[in-house]
Amino acid sequence: MFGTLSYKTQKNIIIFSFLLIPVGLLLLFTYYPALKLVWFSFTDWDGYSPEKPWVGLANYKEVFSNPDIFGVFTHNFAYFVMGIVQNIVAIYFAVLLNGRLRGRNVFRLLLFLPYIMNGVAVAFMFGYVFDTTQGSLNLLLQAVGLTSLGETSWLGTPGLVNYSLASTGLWRFMGYNMVIYIASLQAIPRDIYEAATIDGANAWQTFWRITLPNMKPVIQLNLFLTVTGALEVFDLPFVLTKGGPAGASQTYVQRVVETAFAYNHYGLASAMSIILLFFVIVVVGLQQFVLSRGGNGK
Amino acid sequence: MSSKKYSGLDIIKYLSLLIGVFVVLFPPYVIIVNSFKSSDEFNMASTMALPDSFLNLDNFKIVFERGGLLNGFANTLVIICVALVFNIIFGTMVAYVLGRFTFKLKKAVFGAYLFATVIPSITTQVATFGIIKQLGLYNTLGAPIVLYIGADVIQIILYLQFIRNIPVDLDENAMAEGASLFRIYRSIIFPLLTPATATLVILKSISIYNDMYTPYLYMPKQSLGVVTTVLMRFQGVNIADWNLISAAILLILLPTVVLYFVLQKYIFEGVTSGAVK
Repeated sequence: MFGTLSYKTQKNIIIFSFLLIPVGLLLLFTYYPALKLVWFSFTDWDGYSPEKPWVGLANYKEVFSNPDIFGVFTHNFAYFVMGIVQNIVAIYFAVLLNGRLRGRNVFRLLLFLPYIMNGVAVAFMFGYVFDTTQGSLNLLLQAVGLTSLGETSWLGTPGLVNYSLASTGLWRFMGYNMVIYIASLQAIPRDIYEAATIDGANAWQTFWRITLPNMKPVIQLNLFLTVTGALEVFDLPFVLTKGGPAGASQTYVQRVVETAFAYNHYGLASAMSIILLFFVIVVVGLQQFVLSRGGNGK
Repeated sequence: MSSKKYSGLDIIKYLSLLIGVFVVLFPPYVIIVNSFKSSDEFNMASTMALPDSFLNLDNFKIVFERGGLLNGFANTLVIICVALVFNIIFGTMVAYVLGRFTFKLKKAVFGAYLFATVIPSITTQVATFGIIKQLGLYNTLGAPIVLYIGADVIQIILYLQFIRNIPVDLDENAMAEGASLFRIYRSIIFPLLTPATATLVILKSISIYNDMYTPYLYMPKQSLGVVTTVLMRFQGVNIADWNLISAAILLILLPTVVLYFVLQKYIFEGVTSGAVK
């Protein structure tokens, strides 16, 4: 029946019917919520009542003028710092594991391992690592003679807790960045290196002049993921510290979720979401801008 | 084979790699040794010491009986299987249309998928929550399933790469023999996309298995626990029993770790082809 139609008609039917449900799902669960969010952000909705009183820009003013809300972003800063460290470590290991080396695949396999592990299980595992009295990190520090450092309360000290949590993120995602960096290294043509060696370049020079510039697009991609990842941290502090001690490890997204679902300020939470979305788009825009100016934006 | 002696640089290289491996393996090591210890043994010995016996499986038994872990694994399995079937069908369909035809809204469709990755999904949950409730899916397995079945841009890019490598001649020959366009999708394109589908199945299963947020928010009902939410509840009740929690953590890590070592080649391929190209 279908096969007897002309190919032109078939084509139109296929395009329409094949895209209908998938694009419908995309619109229903991504774009429609995003649009609704914009609308909610101008209201004082509590999440269940039928009326959604229009309050204009009041929610946005609240977010920017209340240091208690916006200040939460400083907690996200630790994740950004550790994300940068993570990328540097990942590049280092990628360069090592791209060279000639015994046991290369075993190292690669083991360093990537944390990435596939269940996030909640990892969080609890690190709860155990960071425990003050029984934790394996402190026991290890004491065993190697760092007794005073081995009494640190890693998750209980306000200035430290975010860095402890962020280092768990480093542990979990470094291997992922490393594998992507290895892939980008393998895409660099061998003969460039041969030519450089003939010209008398040493290992350090080839790294600065050839390897790094060729990795630039991928480094930028990973840095973009680091920045957005740092802005959107949620599950680790949520599971491990519940935002404590005294809110010191609460991240922005956690604050959004709490504002909406625990305090029923859907309007305010929506405005907070829109502001986050705006920041993410700014980061994407900046990245595109830098990439296109950098020339060979692959 | 290696005639040269190891230089100082080599020592630094290997030393740093060994430190890296130590840091990676240290937390799981502690979990493994403690999951085999009885409560008394756990309180007596250092947490880093080996257990008396690796044959003491009592903790695992308790976790299975008390923790509802079996139920969690079952729910997770159902969600993964159903979501993946639809995910594969939808993903290949979108990629077939985008990869083989030209039409007006083609760029807009691809762009819509691309831009969707920019929207932090956790923040839109405030609005998504209402939609799930209106659809009557709150507190059913349907909620995570409908949220997982949509194709994402990485998946579409992965399929598109494979479709570009399938010669258009194949389609044209089939058309010369009178095959319909649906027939071409079903009998030529879909089977030839199997390697990409295999990669996708692995990566998507792992990411659904590891997701905490969606089941936590949309299925608070006790009987609908998945591995992550079951673990969270179990820890909440047994907060002091670290040997029990260690056993639970180990049981939950095991499936993906085994899968990883068996299928590592496809996992690396999938991760790199999704991100680099």
